[in-house]
Amino acid sequence: MEVCKSTDISLREFGCEQNLLSRPDGSASFIQGDTSVLAGMYGPAEVKVSKEIYDRATLEVLIQPKVGLPSVRERSQEQCVRETCEASLLSFLHPRSSLTLILQVVHNDGSLLSCLLNAACMALMDAGLPMSCLFCGVTCAINSDGQIITDPTVAQEKESRAILTFAIDSTDHKVLMSSTQGSFSVYELQQCIAVCQKASEKIFLFYRDSVQRRYSKTL
Amino acid sequence: MKDTPLSNCERDFLLKAIEEKKRLDGRQTYDYRNIKITFGTDYGCCFVDLGKTRVMAQVSCELVAPKETRPNEGILFFNIELSPMASPAFEPGRQSELSVKLNRQLERCFRNSKCIDTESLCVVSGEKVWQIRVDVHTLNHDGNLMDAASIAAITALCHFRRPDVSIQGEEITVYTPEERDPIPLSIYHMPISVSFSFFQQGTYLLVDPCEREERVMDGLLMIAMNKHREICSIQSSGGIMLLKEQVLRCSKIASVKVSEITELISKALENDKKARKAGERCGFAESMPQERITALKMDETPVEMKNVTEKAEDIVKKYEAPPQSVPSPLVPAPGVGQVGQGQQNSWGLEEEDGEKID
Repeated sequence: MEVCKSTDISLREFGCEQNLLSRPDGSASFIQGDTSVLAGMYGPAEVKVSKEIYDRATLEVLIQPKVGLPSVRERSQEQCVRETCEASLLSFLHPRSSLTLILQVVHNDGSLLSCLLNAACMALMDAGLPMSCLFCGVTCAINSDGQIITDPTVAQEKESRAILTFAIDSTDHKVLMSSTQGSFSVYELQQCIAVCQKASEKIFLFYRDSVQRRYSKTL
Repeated sequence: MKDTPLSNCERDFLLKAIEEKKRLDGRQTYDYRNIKITFGTDYGCCFVDLGKTRVMAQVSCELVAPKETRPNEGILFFNIELSPMASPAFEPGRQSELSVKLNRQLERCFRNSKCIDTESLCVVSGEKVWQIRVDVHTLNHDGNLMDAASIAAITALCHFRRPDVSIQGEEITVYTPEERDPIPLSIYHMPISVSFSFFQQGTYLLVDPCEREERVMDGLLMIAMNKHREICSIQSSGGIMLLKEQVLRCSKIASVKVSEITELISKALENDKKARKAGERCGFAESMPQERITALKMDETPVEMKNVTEKAEDIVKKYEAPPQSVPSPLVPAPGVGQVGQGQQNSWGLEEEDGEKID
């Protein structure tokens, strides 16, 4: 059992803007440090007969990279985001409808998957879709000394030996989705999950503050 | 996903208003919507807001082999992505008619007008040249995507810096941005397209149509010009018959608009250059408006780490290691791998027909 040293862990500054596009039903832009993602959400809307599900809504996630056409990497990221959204959306309330979530990568400076997850959650909130819980994404990296860094930049990710991303839900702080690359021990995995759970509390506080600010004039 | 169809009363209302020289948003016939240009963190990324229409352009470069017919010229590649985010009518993957039209217009506007010096992009004649790729993503479609895309593309090209290359005899060195400052592309002129929409068989004309106006228009005239009053390309679609005087009048209007827009682009580029020189952090994050109620920013926050090691140790101790359920693989013959042992078939076949499967 290696002892994991953990120094001061911090999240980069983040910012969010909701409802910035006029056409989509819900839109949000989420920024973590220099990583920035724009999310747009359409739904519930008409669904093609070939894709309809009789008792729930069909969720489709599209990730557009900045340069070039979407490739296998985007497909696997789409899978991660879709599984997380389906776990938290109350899709039984909208049978035979389609929910389309489009994520555009604006700039990638590390922790891209967690930024995609955060932008997705804010767009779903902005669209007013019924959800059983909110979710957030946190990335942490383990570098060669065994230190855990949260919210790594591209330079930090390059030097690390493992990168782990977890989607954490807001009610029980449990893990909804995990996506990892690199090698690490069981002990390090549990440490990273505990760190991400602590970090997610800050992000949920941020969600609460932004929604409170947004509706401060109406409520 | 289908777009909501336009109702008849909406159509009649719009056409009647145009006959009375009124527009939905209160603009005059020749007025453009508010144009806002912002830049991203890295060179070559820019956002253009034309009213509510939003478009993002990103320029990137790569060293490739040149075309055989032009061995000492670089390659320019344009790609407009009609993202499904921009409108529910845009579907991913499928090349719709509008997408083909916009791509072709963008290529004619920039590549055929030779606004970029492609010979300066040559590194080794016949072997290695720079390929400049411009990706334009449409983020919100509220009409006039072509103009927004052309402004975004030319601004991104002016903003872009390519890595510096030095040739010493046979050796070529490409320097990273940290080693040597990247150099801008050599751009001769800035073509900008201006769109005119025609209604009632060419009787009424509007500049910069919004999405509703585009739906009821009869035809579209697109003129791409630069500030030196040179026309780079003209395209008329929709099958309307235009008189010579109308086309000349439109080109005069276009030259006025183009000089205003070119002024705006130069100012935005100047401001960005000054900000980068002063060492300020540039990018989408900084340009996010703070005073809006729908936007919020939080500074760098530390995360408390008090109980993490104890919690992790507890969990690992509580749960035993998973059982070794997968047997190790065998190699009975070269090229054959076997994991596990087969079992008897339990389909209940008779003895004569059934065979023991190992």
